[in-house]
Amino acid sequence: MPLDNAPDKRKFDVVGTRPLRPDGIDKVTGRAKFGADAVAPGMLVGRVLRSPHAHAKIRKIDTSKAEKLAGVKAVITRDDLPDHTKGDAGLRDIWINIMARDKALYEGHAVAAVAAVDAATARKALKLIKVDYEVLPHVTDVDEAMKPGAPVLHSHIFTDGVEPKPKKPSNVVRRYEFGHGDVEAGFKQADLIVERTFKTEATHQGYIEPHACLANVGPDGQGELWVCTQGHFMVRDTCARLLGMDISKLRVTASEIGGGFGGKTTVFIEPVALALSRKANRPVKVVMTREEVFKASGPTSSTSIDIKVGVKKDGRITAAEGTFRYQGGAFPGSPAEFGAMTSFACYDLENVKTVAYDVVTNRPKQAAYRAPGAPMAAFAVESVMEEIANKLGMAPIDFRIKNAAREGTKSSYGPTFGPIGLLATLQEAKKHPHFTAPLGKNQGRGMACGFWFNFGGQTCVTLNVTVDGTVTLSVGTPDIGGSRASMCLMAAEELGIPYDKVRAIVADTSSLGYNDVTDGSRVTFSTGMATIHAARAAIKKLCARAAQIWGIPEDAVTWEKGYAKPAGPNAGDFPPLSLADIAAQAGATGGPIAGHHEYSADGAGVSFATHIVDSEVDPETGFTRIVRYTVLQDAGKAVHPAYVEGQFQGGAAQGIGWALNEEYIYGKDGRLQNAGFLDYRIPVCSDLPMIDTVILEIPNPGHPYGVRGVGETSIVPPLAAIANSVSAAAGVRLTSLPMSPPRILAALEAQAKGK
Amino acid sequence: MSSVKVKTKINGDVVEYVCDAEETLLDVLRNRLGLTGAKEGCSTGDCGACSITLDGRLTCSCLVLGAEADGHEIGTIEGMAKGEELHPLQQKFLDHAALQCGICTPGFLIAAKALLDKNPNPTETEVRFGLAGNLCRCTGYDKIVRAVLDTAQDMRKTKRRA
Amino acid sequence: MVKVVVWGSLKPHTGGRAELQVDAANVRELIDKLGREYPGLKPQLDRGVSFAIDGVMFRDGWLQPLKPDSEVFVLPRMTGG
Repeated sequence: MPLDNAPDKRKFDVVGTRPLRPDGIDKVTGRAKFGADAVAPGMLVGRVLRSPHAHAKIRKIDTSKAEKLAGVKAVITRDDLPDHTKGDAGLRDIWINIMARDKALYEGHAVAAVAAVDAATARKALKLIKVDYEVLPHVTDVDEAMKPGAPVLHSHIFTDGVEPKPKKPSNVVRRYEFGHGDVEAGFKQADLIVERTFKTEATHQGYIEPHACLANVGPDGQGELWVCTQGHFMVRDTCARLLGMDISKLRVTASEIGGGFGGKTTVFIEPVALALSRKANRPVKVVMTREEVFKASGPTSSTSIDIKVGVKKDGRITAAEGTFRYQGGAFPGSPAEFGAMTSFACYDLENVKTVAYDVVTNRPKQAAYRAPGAPMAAFAVESVMEEIANKLGMAPIDFRIKNAAREGTKSSYGPTFGPIGLLATLQEAKKHPHFTAPLGKNQGRGMACGFWFNFGGQTCVTLNVTVDGTVTLSVGTPDIGGSRASMCLMAAEELGIPYDKVRAIVADTSSLGYNDVTDGSRVTFSTGMATIHAARAAIKKLCARAAQIWGIPEDAVTWEKGYAKPAGPNAGDFPPLSLADIAAQAGATGGPIAGHHEYSADGAGVSFATHIVDSEVDPETGFTRIVRYTVLQDAGKAVHPAYVEGQFQGGAAQGIGWALNEEYIYGKDGRLQNAGFLDYRIPVCSDLPMIDTVILEIPNPGHPYGVRGVGETSIVPPLAAIANSVSAAAGVRLTSLPMSPPRILAALEAQAKGK
Repeated sequence: MSSVKVKTKINGDVVEYVCDAEETLLDVLRNRLGLTGAKEGCSTGDCGACSITLDGRLTCSCLVLGAEADGHEIGTIEGMAKGEELHPLQQKFLDHAALQCGICTPGFLIAAKALLDKNPNPTETEVRFGLAGNLCRCTGYDKIVRAVLDTAQDMRKTKRRA
Repeated sequence: MVKVVVWGSLKPHTGGRAELQVDAANVRELIDKLGREYPGLKPQLDRGVSFAIDGVMFRDGWLQPLKPDSEVFVLPRMTGG
């Protein structure tokens, strides 16, 4: 309950320090076990056969030759994965995505799979599978897919959210609308209106670890799965349902994860590995190649966005309007509505209207990438805001301060904001030395603001006190950013013991209740809150034991910095008992001492960020160098500041890649042309400068320490900040991403021609 | 499929194995020798997660055949620490929080060591270009570069004292 | 009576109104009543929604109590990355 969680104004002992992380030694010595590092006796290698066509009917699959190949122990197709989805539309889409049914819906769509004694045999077996395709026309561009004559992917999709209801199926799944006030009236009041259209191409989260898992299903129907994932409970429940297994029969263990960023919040190869193992009756390891990761996991949406903003001469916005067209690959569920909802969230607006369209195309099913849907929308909106400020002759930062959302603002997506940190980041930015640093030749400065909701979710934590007074902590949210260190800090803080007396593990699905996926920037917030409550529950029990030992009432005992003490002079004159003292007597005083907490966390605080970037554009080559970058973001309370900085820097780096180089390039045949790290160019060390960070702390009332999620917001401003910076440096505004050298050169040439 | 007998040295130890002609050194290290510190991120030599040293030279093990290791010396992440004593780079990576998910860390440590072995006093730019063959998606490289520069400074001081 | 606001494209299902008055003591009752009084809303409610109650976001909070003067926004179900 929010009232119980009013942030402590206390001075923290360990929270806020920078101890070494518990998984550190393993990670610097190569001992840490990631998804592809597990082995099992008798293990088979699993490989997936994927459609070479962007859109095709699958008439027939002949696996007979593959099955006869020596060393092949199982071959599966759609026939081995019957429909257990029981009318759940979302599950049904996943079921079709992991193994095609009547149609291949994108190049890379899984069509069959084999398990063999080694990789070479598995590859040979795939070549022996004969698939009879009837190639169909395809569409990969979001605007093309919305046109009346476009090839339609699903005959059961009739656009929702439009009146009158359409009679023909289309690729437009749903229309959303948000906002308040009267934008028509607002635009009439404006002295200046700017209207622009933007396009962004799909990108990939680019985690260095490809999807990998090791599945082992026995003849009794019990299964084990080792997998790199952001949510092993989600994997368990989804896979069990798809395979028609009881959920409790499947035990999933989360390996260390080599990056996720949202791309590992769903399943791709896991149900296939389990189905292969079940058929072969042997463990099966399936690891995606990098090419498969690009073609058949979950990239972001590509988008087409219209923005219209009207302002008065004094800089006050009178109306803001946006239309957001997002394609989410071959299935419904692009984050178009989040783009619409977050787009104007940084502004205090009287009149705002945002419309979003979720569109399907013949591309892999999209997955989240940090704040899903928000970066593209921010790119469009913040570009227009900067242009308006420039046209008014107002400093862009002052324009944003003048119109900034603050406590009491009715947000552009509906609810009224409580205490928020946007103005604080803007005011800090204005004071920051970066802001007034001199610029060189061909250099330009840009800034942008970003917003993300963050949320809570189902979370369970168990805390056990061992007989020597050290503590084990079992959490259920995979550690993707250093969260185990933060959990240990919070447990140590509550118990009043040193940080290194607490060891945290990510427990398997049989050891804890359900935990939602590690997403939504939720772990430090929710698992942290659960850890604090579990620690407090344990403290209650520790005090009760002390009371028993002293023969005084329970409420006469208090806990202070690791010791049970009599609450006052009337309670008795007993020397304090340390946690270790009480733990040593646990067996004789009632048994093991533990605290646990299971709940659905809510009250996550929204977070805002401001980014400032200087870039230099070479007018002859269009090459852009990032010269200086500063992130200012509200973290509520930084439990482990080094890891908060790491999130800020990582999100900024991903944004830089997205803004300048990264894009999915499709050929006319609907096939991905650049499915590798050479041609899908993510930033390397020499591309980037140091990334400076400023952590602001405006406490979130919904968490005992004031924690706000930080992981996602950092990717929202960079696209826009860099667009603004590059536009300033090059002297021409770019409206499509990425702003790669050819595009910058083309824009410069068009401007030179006087367009 | 033809098999090849290989005799090589890995982290100072003599190692013999049999592998298929087409197996990469990365496959051999991970699947035959249990040395899973080197990771497969791309199998095309673009990400550096499989970095090892081949006769002291920084190399992507996914671009070397297992057979090619015959008669040569291989250095992997598993050989970087001396027993319980971490190499200064490993300690500095921890101190600077220069890793988040940690999948690229073995490759970076091998690359950073190769860099400092050749150039004990690199500038920030030299560090950035020296590590440009290793991809990291989590950190933005900031803390990695700081860790390497800090290690270089410490190691120069220790050398001067010694 | 709690003030409930649905997002713009749901208005066709509520007689063109974004702001509704619903008598509900908690979120669960609210979902039930909305689905019954405005059957066109039911498919979206079944697909999943989030609620902002007096400015605080809830994803799964059926038993979350609602005060008579609470302001509730029905929003698309949040996902993250």
